[in-house]
Order: sequence, then structure tokens, then C-alpha cells
Amino acid sequence: MTATAETTDTTKAIGRPIRRKEDERLLHGRTNWTDNIQLPGTIHMATLRSPMAHAKITNIDISAAVASEGVLHVYIGADFPDLPGTTCVWPVTDDIVMSHMPAICTDEVRYVGDVVAIVLATDQNLAVDALQLIDIDYEPLGAVVDMEEALKPGSPLVHESAGTNLCYTAKMPCGDYEAAKAKADVVVSRRFINQRLIPNTMEPRSVVAAPMGMSDEITIWTSTQIPHVLRVLLALLTGIPENHIRVVAPDVGGGFGAKLQINREEVLALVLAKKLGRPIKWTEARSEHFVSTHHGRDQIQDIEIAATKDGTVLGMKVDLLADMGAYLQIITPGTPLLGMFMYSGIYKMEALDFTCTGVYTTKTPTDAYRGAGRPESTYAIERIMDELAAELGMEPMELRKKNWIKHDEFPYTQIAGLTYDTGNYEAATERAMEMFGYEALRVEQEARRAAGDPVQLGIGISTFTEMCGLAPSRTLGALKYVAGGWEHCTVRALPTGKIELITGTSPHGQGHETAWSQIASDIIGVPVEDIEVVHGDTGRSPYGMDTYGSRSLAVGGQAIKLAGERLVEKARIIAAHQLEVSPDDVEFSAGTYSVKGDPEKSTTIQAVAFEAFTAHNLPDGVEPTLSGEATVDPLDFSYPHGTHLAAMEVDTETGKVTLRKYVCVDDCGVQINPMIVEGQVHGGVAQGIAQAMYEGAVYDAEGNLLTASLAEYLLPSAADLPSFDTDRTVTPSTTHPLGTKGIGEAGAIASTPAIINGVIDAIRHLGVNNIDMPASPMTVWRAIQAAKSGGN
Amino acid sequence: MIPASFDYVKATSVDGAVAALVKGGEDAKVLGGGQSLLPVLRLRLNAPSVLIDVSEVGEMRSVTDDGDSILIGASVTTYEVMHNELVKEHAGLLSLTAGVVADPAIRHKGTFGGSVAHADPAGDLPTVAAALDCEMVIAGPNGRRTVAAKDFFVDYFTTALAADEVLVAVRVPKLGAGWSYNYQKFNRTAQAWAIVGVAAAVKSENGTITEARVALTNMGATPIRATGVEAALAGASSSEAIAAAASKAADGTSPTSDLHADGEYRKHLAQVLTRRAVQAASGI
Ligand SMILES: Cc1cc2nc3c(=O)[nH]c(=O)nc-3n(C[C@H](O)[C@H](O)[C@H](O)COP(=O)(O)OP(=O)(O)OC[C@H]3O[C@@H](n4cnc5c(N)ncnc54)[C@H](O)[C@@H]3O)c2cc1C
Repeated sequence: MTATAETTDTTKAIGRPIRRKEDERLLHGRTNWTDNIQLPGTIHMATLRSPMAHAKITNIDISAAVASEGVLHVYIGADFPDLPGTTCVWPVTDDIVMSHMPAICTDEVRYVGDVVAIVLATDQNLAVDALQLIDIDYEPLGAVVDMEEALKPGSPLVHESAGTNLCYTAKMPCGDYEAAKAKADVVVSRRFINQRLIPNTMEPRSVVAAPMGMSDEITIWTSTQIPHVLRVLLALLTGIPENHIRVVAPDVGGGFGAKLQINREEVLALVLAKKLGRPIKWTEARSEHFVSTHHGRDQIQDIEIAATKDGTVLGMKVDLLADMGAYLQIITPGTPLLGMFMYSGIYKMEALDFTCTGVYTTKTPTDAYRGAGRPESTYAIERIMDELAAELGMEPMELRKKNWIKHDEFPYTQIAGLTYDTGNYEAATERAMEMFGYEALRVEQEARRAAGDPVQLGIGISTFTEMCGLAPSRTLGALKYVAGGWEHCTVRALPTGKIELITGTSPHGQGHETAWSQIASDIIGVPVEDIEVVHGDTGRSPYGMDTYGSRSLAVGGQAIKLAGERLVEKARIIAAHQLEVSPDDVEFSAGTYSVKGDPEKSTTIQAVAFEAFTAHNLPDGVEPTLSGEATVDPLDFSYPHGTHLAAMEVDTETGKVTLRKYVCVDDCGVQINPMIVEGQVHGGVAQGIAQAMYEGAVYDAEGNLLTASLAEYLLPSAADLPSFDTDRTVTPSTTHPLGTKGIGEAGAIASTPAIINGVIDAIRHLGVNNIDMPASPMTVWRAIQAAKSGGN
Repeated sequence: MIPASFDYVKATSVDGAVAALVKGGEDAKVLGGGQSLLPVLRLRLNAPSVLIDVSEVGEMRSVTDDGDSILIGASVTTYEVMHNELVKEHAGLLSLTAGVVADPAIRHKGTFGGSVAHADPAGDLPTVAAALDCEMVIAGPNGRRTVAAKDFFVDYFTTALAADEVLVAVRVPKLGAGWSYNYQKFNRTAQAWAIVGVAAAVKSENGTITEARVALTNMGATPIRATGVEAALAGASSSEAIAAAASKAADGTSPTSDLHADGEYRKHLAQVLTRRAVQAASGI
């Protein structure tokens, strides 16, 4: 449900809620998922995974598998003793304990799902059949499941040679927290568990690698968010020259960070394609996905907030334990730190004392998942603000208003040193409260309490901000991230007047083809339909930093604008030559160049494109062909924000939680396509609600994943969610030339604390002040029972 | 994952299905709608050598009026149970409950007989079969026999069906006048299995319950008749009396613990849901 139908300038493409160009093809199944790719002579790969969380491999017998029907090869770790399966590009501290994840384990397994052998066969089914014939003896080494236990002396060690399960400790003291605390009237502390989540994309991971024959090139099609980054890393890991590797991300069915990764199956497929000279294909089953695709979140957050009795926040202390899992993958250690700067949220304070301890356990590695670090920080600050309000006896929204940065205080440098360029928390909140019927719901809440209604009502608030567009490159360098944060775009006018927009971003559901066309359409004056967006292929789009961290528009959008402008300027010189005037005397509007004061004398950008192609009559010094190219390193991050409100009903007899109404007003600056923004908000909000109410990986003491399928690991469907009421405010970014911010992760970041705050608000009067996620009926019922009997 | 390979026989008659089962021996399995069996095969928890598909056996596809009861063919789909006029008229509790099984796609494929034969303790329809005192019509190499619901459900995923027998139909006694009913299903997401479910049918006269049937889902290895509640409900005419009766719902049960609920919580839920089911059914 939306209130975003308003249209600005009908001559402009930007701002119009046009339908996504890519959808017709996607919805009709005219798609090219990696698993659809069928190449002659393909060899199918299947992976045997460890059933043990931590064990020594004492013996492997592959003889029966080798003899099995259709089997061509069976490989074990000893066949590739030095081949790494992944790499970590973000060693966050100087003394971090790094890890080595082999492509195939040689002598030790470290989580249920670790790869111990692979079978190559002529047919996928036969490859899977043969897996069951491989006989492996394991000698248990002791699982490491609990982070606090892992840090105790005597714990089994995930990496024996490291001598510790401590991966790193990162500190960021901002201001003097102890001094701030000394001034405080009230100090509130809570332990929040930001539970481990298992990202589930519609399309499971899949890879095909094939030698292309006519050159040394090997093309690897893979369901990835990061074709460009992956190409570099595959070259570094395998020793295959980078210029022999082409990475293609064809249609990719969702990522959410889970496909921001370099995976051992990709490494193996590439290496085997080269070794055997035939295409290699691998696609994971959903059950395989649960244990082998990286997990997200998994933090224990000890949070303390100090304030005066009038509700002025003074400072905050954040102490995190972050579960790395068994190995560091691409940005495993950095993921919790992506939230490091955001623990103060939208609030002013004197001090923020941040510490994060990364811990190895014998579980699936963790890494980025929608929001990566910011959902965790937002959860902590928005939850603790509600706890502080309760402690002070203040209305929770009033406490927020008292402490947030006012709209006339921007740009504002917050306690962690980030400068928020723009924002208007008052406007978004006012609109959200009005749509929500905030006051009426408070009245109903009171009435239900007074009547002792078995179903209690709570209001959950989340007034959030986040940082988008991982960049600028210098900042990333200072944070020890090994890559940059720039983005590239080339806009090419073809001889027939059609446009190719080549982007380095790599969409997997976001609608870039439409939104990028809208931007370019306004800049170069060509209809949206005439623009083809080329992406996700290092062969056709050679430069790029790909798609994650809500960066595509925030960074890539800037490159589109600049590339388009450069094309327009080159064309202006050619047009002026054709029109026999000086370029200064040529105006450009909606695709037409005309002589100032004599608009009859004109030519079009399409005509100029043809002239640039024939090159029969170009001005001196102007090269043939018409294109514009730009690689942009952004000035700063961008900071979307919003106010999300949830009306939660809690059945106190059963503990069942129901989301009755959800209102959100998001401010992502200028919206290129409000319909796409709407889609991103809906999906994100649903995903955040899922963390609050349904999802959560559970391991037993032996390190077995108990939630290893969609039967145990619950994901909500449309039937479980109300229709969301969304609206927006528009506060343009001043660090982005289009005024845009980012929206890909906002919903997932904002909604989780709104839900839990609402659940607790419904039953706080019963004595409950914390609920560990997910707020399952049994968890909530037990919390109520415990409060009734005096504890919590 | 992909199931291990198996042979497939499409049965066209009950006798044919039984003959194929006998021929297939221990490793043969009946295939209904496949909604429970195929996931088991895909996870490779079972690998039968042959599947005998009974989903289009004519005799097993119909619902017929048989005097005091209706006869529902085992291959009638859950969707059809939900919408069939005879079922709605004479066994409304069954059609109501069919509507809360899984999701529409699964209801269109899954069968009533498959659900009963599968005997998942979390299945909703076996509970109704127990509540309504249904009888299972079974065919085997030695002919046909009938087994009452209370004797049919033996243990977790275990019934009185022998390996070479086919469930042909379920005989559902008509409830008759004066009866009303309700099913309370407690789960976490819309399509999920019941954590606990309660089927209640009550006969009332002038605001007083005269007779009640209450059966519980997922409170033990099989559907359980809450006989203590049923006895206590006779004569109940107030919400307090219903609540008092419902508090006996978990008596004598020992439900399992899993990720969604432990045994203690299930016992608590059984009481709350029983009260709600009886109140909703009786309007008291
Ligand atoms: C995601 C999901 C959610 C579900 N949720 C629910 C739910 O909420 N509530 C619920 O009650 N059910 C639920 N189910 C189960 C669903 O209703 C199944 O379809 C049903 O339990 C089995 O029916 P079927 O026809 O598919 O049987 P099949 O899967 O074909 O067979 C199941 C078993 O019964 C045997 N069998 C089948 N027919 C016969 C016969 N005529 N004679 C002898 N043996 C036979 C088979 O050999 C097999 O062992 C769910 C299933 C799924 C996949």
C-alpha cells in the first residue's frame, strides 16, 4: 500500500514509477539462471560435506565411488593440497588471526558442511549417488559452539596452530565514556542476542566453468553479486592469469549478501575446467545451501547507555562478541564493524565506547547479510532507547525527539566521526505517526491493559539511519579493506541511435536496468526504451565494483550521470560543427542540439551518433565514435533514514505475537523510481520482521545445525504479513550529485527493532524487558511466565 | 536433493495396486499425492525400489453417501475434502480442518488417504478422523478389512496398514443434528504444521453440552482423544465449566519437545486451545 503516486515533471524519466523493464522477461521465464546453462560435454560436480562439526579425517576410501556408474573422477583434499577455497580481503586489525579454508579439506573438518570430497560424473544424479559410496573415518575433536565458551582456556581450538579461538579485538573509543557515565543519573544495560540467520535466496548458488576453446579464456558463469571482484580473487587464488578468466553473472535470483562471496565451489569449478578441458557444473540443493552458504549476524551485544534524568543521552558502551564461524571468508571479520560507526544512530551523545571481539567456532562461516553490521547496530540503539525510556518513565518517542539531530543541525558530525549530510527525522516521524494513528493506538493500549485483555497491544518504534555506498576508496583503505569503493559507467551511442549503458554494478533483483535507463534518459535525452543496460559480465563490462551495501545507485548512479554528461559534451562539439556555430552557441535539451536564438537550426543526439560513426565530417581533433566514460569515487557515504512503527498484539495466554499494522516513512533522498523504492522497502521490511519473529539458526552442543531445512527454519510468506503502509519524505543528499541515498537494506535494518520494541511494549507492564529473537510463541510465553514468577 | 532412482507403477484399480505391492515386496511403497513421501525420498531418508501410484484409481477418487456415514476415497485430495458438498454437510469438521492443512498447492496434490496413512502426529486430518470415530477401509492380498481410527494409529508414522495393504477409503459417520464443531490450529507460519491442534465437536441442547468429542494433534505419537475433557464437558453450560473441563486436556499426555515447543509448553497450549475450540464450537 503506498501513497507514492505523485509525479513530478512528466517530461523527466527520473521520479516516475515506471514498471521494471526486466520483469516481463523474468516473469515469463525467459531467463538465464546459471543452472539453465547447458553446454555440450558438461561434467557435473557434487560435493561431499562433513557430517561432523570438528574432526580429524583418519581415512578416506573412494574406491566404490570411483567404480560407480557415470563417475569420471573423485577428488579429495590430497589432490589439491595447496588450493584455497576462499579468501578474506578485510584483515581488520594488525594482529588478527587469519584462517585457511582449503578448497577440499585435507586432514581436518571444522564445521558441518565443510567439503571433504567431490565427485565428477556425466550426470548430476549419478554424481550425487556416488557421494554415498565414499567412506570416511573421522576422529572427533570437540565442537566449539558457544562464543563465550570458545574464549575460555581449555576450549577445543578451531585452528590448533593459532593457539586461540580469538580472531581479533577491534576497539573504537569515541569521547570519554567513563566521564559521561560519571555524570549520568541513569545507566541502563542489556544483553541483546542478534541471532545467527541463514540467508535464503530464491535461486540457490550455482556455477558453470568452461574453457572457451578459441583462446585460453575460461568463462565462469556463477550466481554471484560480484563478478568483477570475483575475477580478481579467482586469479589470485588459482594462479590462472586474470586476463584468461571471464566472469559472468547471468540472471541472479537474489543475493542479500550471501552471493557477495568467493566460494570453494567456484574455485574448484574453474580449476577443474582448466585441468580437464571440459565444462564443469555445480548447483547446490537447498539442504546443502543451509550448511554451506555463509550465514549472517550472530552477535552477542552487551549494551550500556548513560543519560541524565531529563532524558539527555550522554554516552553508550558497546561490547560485542561476533561469531566468525570456522573460517574467515571474504569480509567475515569486517561485517560486524560495518556497524561500528552507527551505534549512536540518529542521536547526539558525548561518548561511544565500542569494542568488538571476533570469535572462531565450528559453525558455518558468517559474512554479509542484508544490512551487514547496521541491522545489528540499529537493533542495539533502538532497543536500548526503549529500555532507557522505560527506566526514565518517558514516552519512547519523546525520548527520541529529545536526543535526535534536528533538521537544521545538518550537516552533523556524529560521535563516531561520520558527517551526516542531510536528514529530517521530525518530518518522517510526524508523517509516520499520523499514518499510524499513534495516539489512538496508545489509548487502545491503555484500555486493554486496564481491562486485563488476554491480547495486549504494543507500539514498536524504530527511528533509524544507516550508511550506504561503501566508499570512498581512501576511507576503505584506512579501514584495511583491500579494495576500493569506486564505480564505473560507459554510455555508448551506437550508430543507429540506440544506447548501451555499461555499468559495473551487478543487479540480482534490484531493477538496475530500469533505474539506470531512467537516469541516462534524462541526461542524454533518449527514451528509456532505447537504452540497454549491460552488466554482470567482465567481458562486456570490464570495470566495476559490483552490488552490495546499498552502493549501486549511491555510487554507480554518480558514474552514470558523469558518463552521460561526457557523452553529451562530446556530441555538442560535433553538433556545433554540423550546425556551423561555436559549441558555446549550442543548447542541449531532451536529445536535441539547437542554435541559441535560432531553434529551427538543430540536430539530434542520434544524428550526431551516426556522424561520429561515419566520421566523414568531424571537427579537427575530435575522435570518431560517441561515448562517455566515467569512474567515480564518491565524496562520502550517504545516510538514508526513516521512522518505522509496528502495532504488535501479544496473546498472553499462548505467547503468540501478531503484527497488526506496519507503517514506515523512509527518506532515501531523491527517488529515481518510486515503484522500485517501494519494492525494496517491502522486501527489506519483510526480511527484518523475519529476523524478529521467525528466523534463527540453532545448533546443538555437537555443532549440528538443527534448523537445516525450511521445515525447521521458518521464513514468513505473504500470508503471514500485513499489507505495509509506506510513504516517504525527500531530503536530498548533498554528497551525491543526483541527491539520492540508498534503499536496498533500509527496510531490513529498520524493522527488526520496531517489532521487538512493540512486543515488549505490549507486555512490559507484566515485567518483561527483553525478548531474545526470534520472538516465537514459546519464547514470549516463557518470558511472561518468568516475569510473573518474579524473574525475567 | 534428488531421490535415488526407483521404478514407478501407475495403478488403475485397487486390486492392481495390491498386486503390484505384493510383487514389489518390502521395498514397494504406495504413492498418493507425494507431498509427504517425495520430501522423504529427496532427503534420501528412504529409498523404495518401486512406487505404486494410487492417485488416479477410480474407486479411490469419489465421495459417496452411505446412509449413516459417508465414504471418502483415499485418493480424494485435501482440496476436494475442503469443498465437497457431502463432506461439508455431514462432516463439516473435516472440511473446515482440511482448509488449514499446508497451503493451496499442497492441498491440491495431497490426499486424505495419504495424510491418514502417513500418520504424522502433527497432521491435522488424522486428528479429525479420531474425533469423528472414522473407520479405515483397507485392501490387501487376503481381501478387505475395516479398522477403527482408535486402532489404526499405532505410533509415530505407524498405522495398522501392512506393507502389502492399500487404504481404499475412510468411512466417516455423519454427525447429525445438534452438533457443532471447531478446529484450533496453533502454528508459527501460515503453511506450517501444527505445534498443537485441537478438534472439538459438541452436541448441545438449550445452551448445555450433552456430548463432546475432543481430539488432540501433536500431543503424542498418535492423535489422542481427550477423554477426560469429553467426560467433564457433559452438562457444561458456562465458560467456567468449559475452562475447567479444558484444563484436563493434557492429562496423561507426554508430547515431544522440538525447536518450536517443548513438552511443557505443548501441554499448556493443549489446555488453552481446547477451551477455545469448545467455546467456539458451542458458542458458550
Ligand atoms: C510444506 C508442507 C506442509 C504441510 N503441512 C501440513 C499441515 O499443516 N497439516 C497436515 O495435516 N499435513 C500437512 N502436510 C502434509 C500433506 O497434507 C500431505 O500431503 C499428506 O500428509 C500426505 O498426503 P499425500 O497424498 O501427499 O501422501 P504421500 O506423500 O503420497 O504418501 C504419504 C505416505 O502415505 C502412504 N500412502 C499414501 N496413500 C496411501 C494409500 N492410499 N494407502 C496406503 N498408504 C498410502 C505412502 O506410502 C507414504 O508412506 C504438509 C506437507 C508439506 C510438504
